[in-house]
Amino acid sequence: MPEDKPLTGNMRPDGQALDREAYERAGGYQGLRKALTGMTRAAVIEEVKASNLRGRGGAGFSTGLKWSFVPETVPHPRYVVANGDEMEPGTFKDRLLVERDPHQLVEGMILAGYATGADTGYVFLRGEYKLGAQRVAQAIAEAYGAGYLGKDILHSGYSFELYLHLSAGRYMCGEETGMLNALEGKRANPRAKPPFPPVSGLFGMPTTINNVETLCNVPHIIRNGAAWFRGLSRSKDGGTKLYGASGKVKRPGLWELPMGTTIREILEEHAGGMRDGLRLRGLLPGGASTDFLTGEHLDTPMDFSEVQKAGSRLGTGTMIILDDQTCPVGMVSNLEHFFAQESCGWCTPCWSGLGWVERILRAMEEGRGQPGDMEKLAFQTRFWGSGHTFCALAPGAAEPLQSALKYFRADFEQHINEKRCPWK
Amino acid sequence: MLTPEERAEIEAEFPHYPNRKAVCIDAMKIVQKHRGWLSDDSLKDIGELLGMSAADLDGVATFYNLLFRRPVGRHVIYLCDSVSCWIMGSDRQCSHLTKRLGVAAGETTADGRFTLLPVVCLGACDHAPVMMVDDDTHPDLTPEQIDRILERYP
Ligand SMILES: Cc1cc2nc3c(=O)[nH]c(=O)nc-3n(C[C@H](O)[C@H](O)[C@H](O)COP(=O)(O)O)c2cc1C
Ligand code: SF4
Ligand code: FES
Repeated sequence: MPEDKPLTGNMRPDGQALDREAYERAGGYQGLRKALTGMTRAAVIEEVKASNLRGRGGAGFSTGLKWSFVPETVPHPRYVVANGDEMEPGTFKDRLLVERDPHQLVEGMILAGYATGADTGYVFLRGEYKLGAQRVAQAIAEAYGAGYLGKDILHSGYSFELYLHLSAGRYMCGEETGMLNALEGKRANPRAKPPFPPVSGLFGMPTTINNVETLCNVPHIIRNGAAWFRGLSRSKDGGTKLYGASGKVKRPGLWELPMGTTIREILEEHAGGMRDGLRLRGLLPGGASTDFLTGEHLDTPMDFSEVQKAGSRLGTGTMIILDDQTCPVGMVSNLEHFFAQESCGWCTPCWSGLGWVERILRAMEEGRGQPGDMEKLAFQTRFWGSGHTFCALAPGAAEPLQSALKYFRADFEQHINEKRCPWK
Repeated sequence: MLTPEERAEIEAEFPHYPNRKAVCIDAMKIVQKHRGWLSDDSLKDIGELLGMSAADLDGVATFYNLLFRRPVGRHVIYLCDSVSCWIMGSDRQCSHLTKRLGVAAGETTADGRFTLLPVVCLGACDHAPVMMVDDDTHPDLTPEQIDRILERYP
């Protein structure tokens, strides 16, 4: 295995998925064997804690710590859910993992199940990921055939069932309690917390929810150890990260790099820099719901704490690049349209405020901006902060807007004063 | 009434969940696959098997982007309207499609061949602009390519 790229280094260059045998030849299912034959549940959790693996779904919560919240003594059944909803605009990393190495996810889920004492797992996958769905279904079938799933796995006494659920489509399904409602056959509104899912989750039972990329790291941590995993990283957070860049760069793409690689290295070396004739204006470091950064932040290492220090969030680690020939107001308008459309309608500041903001931004783009609009926009974002809403959709919607008002103020004012979009 | 095939496919999902109600999204997707969309009668058919009312099912169906409560064309075009595709000019692909098909976003062509739907980021942003037609993803779109792609869906 290319030691520095555990997640993607084994993937086939021809775009096909690794089948079970190829995955096993690359060391696959050795982590599971090691855990089931020689490690207690608590030891697996300790190893994952010590690896400094932090959740790749956006919030960066310690995975080992999350697993330790499932009480030892609770009743059964307990559940594990892989979050493969990936509807965050600008994010295209979990698609690669499910399409090209589905057994890596299956093994990660069994290990998460073992560590939390779960009986059943669900892979919750975006309905549009048809190829990924086929390949995950195939991998699950192969894993059952080889005795990695089902009753008494590898004669360890541990049993685990794994099913694939294809979403019917809505951004809220990615929010973890919305996802639980979707799996129960309901509208994917989130749930009031507490209780939190490790105590009362799917069908009211203890449930652990992790992002696909998070789970894919686990087999490697168990097989090679926490110290090895920490050593892959250039920062305190362990491991590698799938980083992406989209927008008008020379080579948009996705790369597995050490956690903590700088924005500059990703942008200039891997994405090849801006297209000829274009300059960088700003970027969203980790999907639609992260604050803009600008050219002054290029030397920021892309890890959870450093991006936060720069005023944004690592989020999903897939950057969206804004160039100097693209209208920042138009970009923010596109983003807020998305959030307004996907709001589930439970909290007034979210559904009402987003609709209002969407209309103001659309008006600005069409030359109907009014004096005072900037203040109205800023006013709304203050009601979207944590604590005013049931879930993180509205706080996420605030991030690109509030930072655009800071960095691209002159562009907003120009739209209002000139009563037109200067880019059209 | 559900066809034997629809019924068998839905029942195959039962063991995956602790109760029948949880199967309802899968069940609606299965019936939609066979019938194209979910009419009131389709919801009644599903409800009888799952022990749910058509109104309950409607409440669920209307939350989700990929469950259709109105008829759609033989082929559904899902054009990504999210941010990376927008930066890469998806507005142009959208106006090309609306002009060529003679429909606005959300509408179906008069011959019932295509429905054009804007959709959230398809997770292929490094190949923007992107669309799906039925089950196939089409990356790196240009207007000329769109014309050629549409010919493949009679
Ligand atoms: C509106 C909304 C959408 C989300 N969508 C996703 C998603 O598609 N995939 C994901 O992994 N996490 C998503 N999250 C974050 C999850 O709620 C959750 O934090 C995550 O799955 C936890 O996994 P992790 O600890 O492995 O990161 C979303 C959150 C919100 C508020
Ligand atoms: S913040 Fe928005 S999406 Fe989240 S629960 Fe409230 S209304 Fe729904
Ligand atoms: S923004 Fe269009 S595929 Fe991601």
